[in-house]
Amino acid sequence: MNKYESLYEALANLDGYIYPNEIALNWDLLIVMYPYITGLVAGAFILASLNRVFAIKALRPTYEISLLTALSFMLVATMPLITHLGQPWRFYEMLVTPHLTSAMAIFGFVYLWYLMVVLLLEIWFDYRYDMVIWSKQKKGFMSFVYKVLTLWVLDTSPQSRRTDEKIGYFITVVGIPSAFLLHGYVGFIFGSIKANPWWSTVMMPVIFLFSAMVSGIALVMFIYMVVTYLRKQKIDMNTVDTISKYLFYILIIDFSLESLDQIHRIYEADESFDILKILVHGKLFFTFFIMQIGVGVIIPLLTMGTMMIKKPREKIRKILYLIISICVLVGIFYMRWNVVIGGQLFSKSFYGFTSYKVDMISGSGFWLSLLWFIIPFFILAFLLWLLPPWKKKESIH
Amino acid sequence: MAIKKENFSRRDFIKNSSMFAGGVVLVSLLNPLKVVYATKKPKGKGKWYGIAIDIEKCIGCANCARSCKAENGVPNEPFFFRNWVEQYTITNDDEVKVSSPNGGIDGFTQPVSDDEIYKTFFVPKMCNHCAISPCTQVCPVGASFESPEGIALVDKSYCIGCGYCVQACPYGCRYIDPAQGVADKCTLCYHRLEKDLDPACMMACPTGARIYGDLNDKTSELYLFIKENNCAVLKPQLNTKSKLYYKDLSQEVH
Repeated sequence: MNKYESLYEALANLDGYIYPNEIALNWDLLIVMYPYITGLVAGAFILASLNRVFAIKALRPTYEISLLTALSFMLVATMPLITHLGQPWRFYEMLVTPHLTSAMAIFGFVYLWYLMVVLLLEIWFDYRYDMVIWSKQKKGFMSFVYKVLTLWVLDTSPQSRRTDEKIGYFITVVGIPSAFLLHGYVGFIFGSIKANPWWSTVMMPVIFLFSAMVSGIALVMFIYMVVTYLRKQKIDMNTVDTISKYLFYILIIDFSLESLDQIHRIYEADESFDILKILVHGKLFFTFFIMQIGVGVIIPLLTMGTMMIKKPREKIRKILYLIISICVLVGIFYMRWNVVIGGQLFSKSFYGFTSYKVDMISGSGFWLSLLWFIIPFFILAFLLWLLPPWKKKESIH
Repeated sequence: MAIKKENFSRRDFIKNSSMFAGGVVLVSLLNPLKVVYATKKPKGKGKWYGIAIDIEKCIGCANCARSCKAENGVPNEPFFFRNWVEQYTITNDDEVKVSSPNGGIDGFTQPVSDDEIYKTFFVPKMCNHCAISPCTQVCPVGASFESPEGIALVDKSYCIGCGYCVQACPYGCRYIDPAQGVADKCTLCYHRLEKDLDPACMMACPTGARIYGDLNDKTSELYLFIKENNCAVLKPQLNTKSKLYYKDLSQEVH
C-alpha cells in the first residue's frame, strides 16, 4: 500500500475521468531535468560560438567559461534519463541496438556526436597549447596529467597554434548547427507525440531551441559573475551588458514563438482546446502564468528593457543582472515543467485530470534531480581549476 | 554547327536522364522512407488479427478486466490495466460523465437520476493493436514490436522502461509494470492464441460483446461483423489504423 500511497492520493483527487493507466505520471521531475540540463548545454555553447564565429570581442571573457559550462552539464545530461529508466542497466541497448524510428534512440547519437566531436574537440584545440605550457611549468603528477591531456601533441610553434586556431574555428562552425540539432531534437522527442495535443506541435523543437539559448546564456552570465566575484576580480561590465543584450533579444524571440504557439491553439480551438484551457487556467496556473511567464519572461524583459533606456549605476546593474539570470533560469525550468508534467496531467480521453506532487521524502526522483543539477557545478569548479581560462596565453590572432 | 550542337545535347539528355534514372533506382534500393513507418501489413496470407466490440451487448460486468488481470498477472492496484470498462452517461443537458471505478472491477453505480439521462452505455477498452502503432514506432530499442499477426507486443527481457511508448499510446493502454520496471500491455493473450485458445477476455464475456479474429479471412465472424454493422474506431484522426472496431460507437467516446 505504501508504495502506491501517492497514487491512491491522486486517485482520490481525480478531476473528471482519466484512463486508469494515466493516473500514474510516468515522466516525473527527472524528465523535467533532462530537457532543462540539455538546454543549458546548447545555450552555453551557442554563446561561446557567438564570440568565436562572429568575433564579438565583448564576449571574449566568457568564451572558455561557456565551453566548460557546456561540458560540465553535458557530462550529466543523460543521467536524469538513465536514472529514470525502469531498467537503468539496459540503457546501453539504446546505442547498441537503436530502433531507427524512435526519436529517443537517435538522441543518443546526437548526444555522442555533440559531446565527442564538438565539445571535447573544441575545448582540446582551444587549450592544447596552454596545456603544453602548463605541463612544462608544473611538476610531478600534474605535469603528467597535462601531458596526457595534450595527447602528447607537444608542438608549441606558431604554426601549430595557427592550426589549432583554424581547426577550432571549423569545429565551432560545425558546432552551431550541432547545438541547434541537439536541443531541437529534444523538442522533437515531445513534439512528435501525436497522442498528446499539448506536446504535438511543429513549433516544439524551435521553442525548445530558443528557450535553451535563453537559459544557457543566463547561466553563463550568472556563472561568469559569480566566478569573477569569487576570484576577487573586476567584472567586465561591457561583457555582462553585451550578454544581457543578447539575452534580451533572444528572450523576445523565445516569448514570441511561445505566444504564437498559444495563439495558434486558441484560434484554431480544436478538439483538445477545452481540456487544455482548463489545464492552463487550473493546474498549471501557478507554474505557467506566474513562474514561466511572470518570473521567467515579464520581469527579465521589463528590467532589461528599462536598463536599455536608462542605464543604472554599475553596482545596481550587477545585482539586477544576477537577479535576471536567476529569474530566467527559474522561468525556463518551469517551462520544461509545464511541458513535461503539464502534458501528463490531463487525460488523453479529454475528460479529466490527474495530479502530481513532487515526493520529497520517500521518492527518489526529487533527490536525484537535485543531484543531477548540482553535480555539474562541481564538475565546472574542477574544470575551472584544471583548465583556468584566466591563465591562458592570449590567442595568436 | 547548330545540328552538331543538337546532337551533343541529345547525348547529354540521354546521359543525364540515365543518370537521373540510375539515381532514382539507387535511392529506391536504399528505400530511406521505409523507416518512417513503424510497421506494415505483411504481404503474406497469414493471420491479421482484429477485434470488434458490440457496445449494445456490454453489461459492464467487467469480467473481461477481472479475467485479464488473473490470466496475465496484471497488478491488482487500480492503476494498471490491460483492459477496462468505462461507463458513459450523457445527461439531458449534454454533459458527458465517464467513470471506471477500478477499471469497472468494483462495479458501477449511476449517480444521475433516470429522468436526467439522455443515454448511458458501457465501453470496454483494450489495446487497439493499431496497424500503424505509435507505441512501437517510438520504442528506442525496438522492444515494443508488432508480431506478423498484427499484435503489438513487448519483449520484457529487452525493454528499458523509458515509458516513451506509454506517452505515445493515444488510448492509454500501456503502463509500466511496477515489479519489473518495464512496459506492459494487452497481448491479445498471445500465449493462448499460440495454443489455439481464445484470449481470456473473450472467454469471460458472458454476453458475447467481444469478438476477435482474422481480418484477412473474408469468411471470419469478425470480418462479417464489421461488414454488416456500422463500426468505427477510436480517434481515427490520428491515423493509427486501429484494428479495434466498435459497433455503433457514440461520438462522445474518446
